[in-house]
Amino acid sequence: MPAHDVLIIGAGLAGQRAALAAADAGASVAILSKVHPVRSHSVAAAGGINAAINPDDDWRSHAFDTVKGSDYLGDQDAIEIMCSEAPGEIMHLEHIGVTFHRNDTGHLDLRAFGGASMKRTAYVADITGQAILHVLYEQLMKYSDRVDRYEEWFNTSLLKDDSGRCVGCVARNIRTGEMRTFNAKSTILATGGVGQAFKPTTNGLICTGDGMSLAYRAGARLMDMEMIQYHPTTMTANGFLITEGARGEGAHLLNAAGERFMEKDAPNKMELASRDVVSRAEQREINEGRGTGPLKDSVLLDVTVVPKNRVLEALREIVNLGRDFAGIDITKEPIPVRPGQHYTMGGVKTDVNGETDVPGLYAAGEVACVSVHGGNRLGANSLLDTLIFGKRSGQHAAAVAGEMQMPKVSDAQLRDDTRHIQDIINRPKTGRRISEIKEELGVSMNQYCAVFRDEEGMTKGKEIVTRLQEEAKTAYIDDAGTVFNQDVLGALELGFMLDCSEAIVTAALERKESRGAHSRTDYTERNDEDWLFHLTVSQDGEGADAPAKLDKAPITFTQWEPMERTY
Amino acid sequence: MSTTESTPNTTEEPWHGGAEGLESFTLRLRRYDPESGKAPYFEEFVVEMEPHRSVLDAILTAKNDEDGSIGIRCSCRAAICGSCGTRINDKPGLACHTHLSDALARSKDGKITVEPMGNMPVIKDLIVDMDAVHWKKQQRVTPWLLPAEPLPEKEHIVPREAMVDVTQSMACIQCGACVSDCLSMEVDPLFIGPAALAKAYRFVGDPRDDKHAQRLDDLANDPHGIYDCTHCFKCIEACPKGVAPMNQIMRLRRIASADHSIEDVNDGSRHEHALVNHVKKWGTLNEAQLVPDSKGGKFHPRTAKEMVASLSVIATALLRRKVTPKSALIHHKNPNQSEIKRIYQEIGAREERLELNLYITQPDEPEAPDDQDASHEAQVKTTGDQSAVNKPVTNREA
Repeated sequence: MPAHDVLIIGAGLAGQRAALAAADAGASVAILSKVHPVRSHSVAAAGGINAAINPDDDWRSHAFDTVKGSDYLGDQDAIEIMCSEAPGEIMHLEHIGVTFHRNDTGHLDLRAFGGASMKRTAYVADITGQAILHVLYEQLMKYSDRVDRYEEWFNTSLLKDDSGRCVGCVARNIRTGEMRTFNAKSTILATGGVGQAFKPTTNGLICTGDGMSLAYRAGARLMDMEMIQYHPTTMTANGFLITEGARGEGAHLLNAAGERFMEKDAPNKMELASRDVVSRAEQREINEGRGTGPLKDSVLLDVTVVPKNRVLEALREIVNLGRDFAGIDITKEPIPVRPGQHYTMGGVKTDVNGETDVPGLYAAGEVACVSVHGGNRLGANSLLDTLIFGKRSGQHAAAVAGEMQMPKVSDAQLRDDTRHIQDIINRPKTGRRISEIKEELGVSMNQYCAVFRDEEGMTKGKEIVTRLQEEAKTAYIDDAGTVFNQDVLGALELGFMLDCSEAIVTAALERKESRGAHSRTDYTERNDEDWLFHLTVSQDGEGADAPAKLDKAPITFTQWEPMERTY
Repeated sequence: MSTTESTPNTTEEPWHGGAEGLESFTLRLRRYDPESGKAPYFEEFVVEMEPHRSVLDAILTAKNDEDGSIGIRCSCRAAICGSCGTRINDKPGLACHTHLSDALARSKDGKITVEPMGNMPVIKDLIVDMDAVHWKKQQRVTPWLLPAEPLPEKEHIVPREAMVDVTQSMACIQCGACVSDCLSMEVDPLFIGPAALAKAYRFVGDPRDDKHAQRLDDLANDPHGIYDCTHCFKCIEACPKGVAPMNQIMRLRRIASADHSIEDVNDGSRHEHALVNHVKKWGTLNEAQLVPDSKGGKFHPRTAKEMVASLSVIATALLRRKVTPKSALIHHKNPNQSEIKRIYQEIGAREERLELNLYITQPDEPEAPDDQDASHEAQVKTTGDQSAVNKPVTNREA
């Protein structure tokens, strides 16, 4: 049985950064991922990464912008850590090889991004996430004698010992079907978000909330789950993301009448207001009949106002996306966009070192909720979040590992999980198909937990999730093999997504106000008097069927009192 | 159906969700189940979809609705994650980045045939073992930055253009499409190959890396290294991200030979010099002189050894009248030699070598008034025609 000081599940930016940090701290490390690390969804982060590295900038300004962006739901101690450590992290990335764009003097260039009071987004064209992810993987290859990589292994359960400490996980080798117990002193979840519970979404097919669900089942609290980010510019044709960098470079948003409607909502920042603000403005234009396209369900993103050379150099990927996936040359004509599900602000509740409620279990990146994003994440803060808290988790876990013996672990869970997988394979073909349930879940969540929400819709949404949870128990698959049985993994992923969806609708129904991305048409105002706290969701009791339990958790304030939020 | 051309930007109407009619497409998927004991076979699935949707969308529809056991790696659906490299109607690429209409237009039998990538062992259906080939080769090129110590306190100060330049190689998504159809790798499975060598350029072109000479020496002297590429352009055609691996290999050669004067054991550097000098001298290639010149001259011991070893080839060539003693001894000059001399002078007089790069070289721009730009005009003239300049780096669909 593999045994390591630190076991990391998920190999996107947070996971890889945690692995490198833990290895640097002297720990023995395993990193396990259901896809090859460079396929992780961090690869899709386009626009850049925020850090106050301009001499005229100050990390406190970055922190305030983040607090304001979070609609005062973010924990200010965590935000201060993230923003103050950001410049050092960018320099570290530069030193290990990230090809950040330079200005004419050869220093790092910075671009404008939404919700930021000055240019502070470092970038690599519009493939920033890819460039950082691939450079971290270069480092992992360099560290191959110190970090064991388990690529294409699917995590089925977290393991706890009698004292309640997390002591590793059970995983399935996707290539062979072999089930194995991984033993570890500390386990770090870095499995990303749950965008696939929505349809459409900008998220990849692998973003199925695995870590959130596994931690939830292991007894950890999920926090801020009602906060789902809809990105303002996703292509109407297929839901793909167009980077905020486009607006950062000066692109306009227009309604059917050709008006820059953001004048009404954010006269100062215009298109570069926070994402929740821009998405609401777009949805209002569409709802009130000022949308474009045959279905009047879009607004237009006009990139033609950006100098063409700059577009070809700094926004090349979206030129390709427009041409290849929408048949539009964005340098010549505007492209139809609309808000689309993009990011889960909520996740497994952690402290600033990544520790969750379960001893020995950490979480970092989109799977976690520190909370640095609160009600709404600023663009280019997610890469930063993954790296800072990935690093801190790895370091903390390594330090703890130095002081303890390898905990004991039994094979009971391995047997249970093996049997469960065989049960799914053996199900009679009388229920629904996995893909049908997933489709209904995605469409429903996108209908009832979207940019605007209300009691009636969310109640319907919750009923649907509850019904789908029942139907999932008898849903059948076609593949009975062991080699690359993606079908059975899909059934497990559906279970993860349903857990997360349950937490999302439960928290969203509870929060009777409008804050950040949670915008209710029946409670239209932010209500600091009654709702200035986090909502947490946990399982009330043991077992997968245990109902969701709601609690409050305080917000940490350091130096910024809640104020009215205008852009 | 308006998008049968391989350049989708010629479409008159932008695609809009649900605004286009459904058509019927027949997928012909190569299936292989390693547990069945059966040989690979083809299975057909019929899907109803809009023609601009991707081949991946169609495969996933078949998988969702009909047969969940179809094996294909995929995630982002937007040509970013690099998971869904396949061969579609004999052409390597990403399934998510190939429109059904385009795939159909290339089809000979009205069906869209999807197979696993080449040059790599198949695990199941469309899934290949990239670790066994692709990632092993990546590991071969020391794929991490080796900067000078001590590191600067803040960022390295480097030219803007240099970072833009290596970002072209950084744009590689490791999909394996170039590896799939690499002809050199088919002949020499040990060839480091297009993806890994493009990765190598990412460090050799990076001014922050301190080991350029060592890297180049290693890659030039490896018999399966940079001189193993045969200029077939397949990798440039295959690459969905415009990385143009072959161009990066050629740049590695130029930097190794011209900037670092690396004379390799494979005669690669001398062979390239011989080619250049022949054209400069005669305007054409002098086959009889090529071997001696590539080996270091007529009187070099290497040449004697090579000539002895080549005697049977020479004899066969004479017998089959591929060459005559006369044509071998008296080489014909190109009649327009002065024009060739002028090209050599002009390029030789440049302070910097012209390097082609997608990020810096502009794509074809009919509206750009390039003709009035004197320097650009000169550049076009010296390289023959503009399409020759632009095609390898900008033509992504080929």
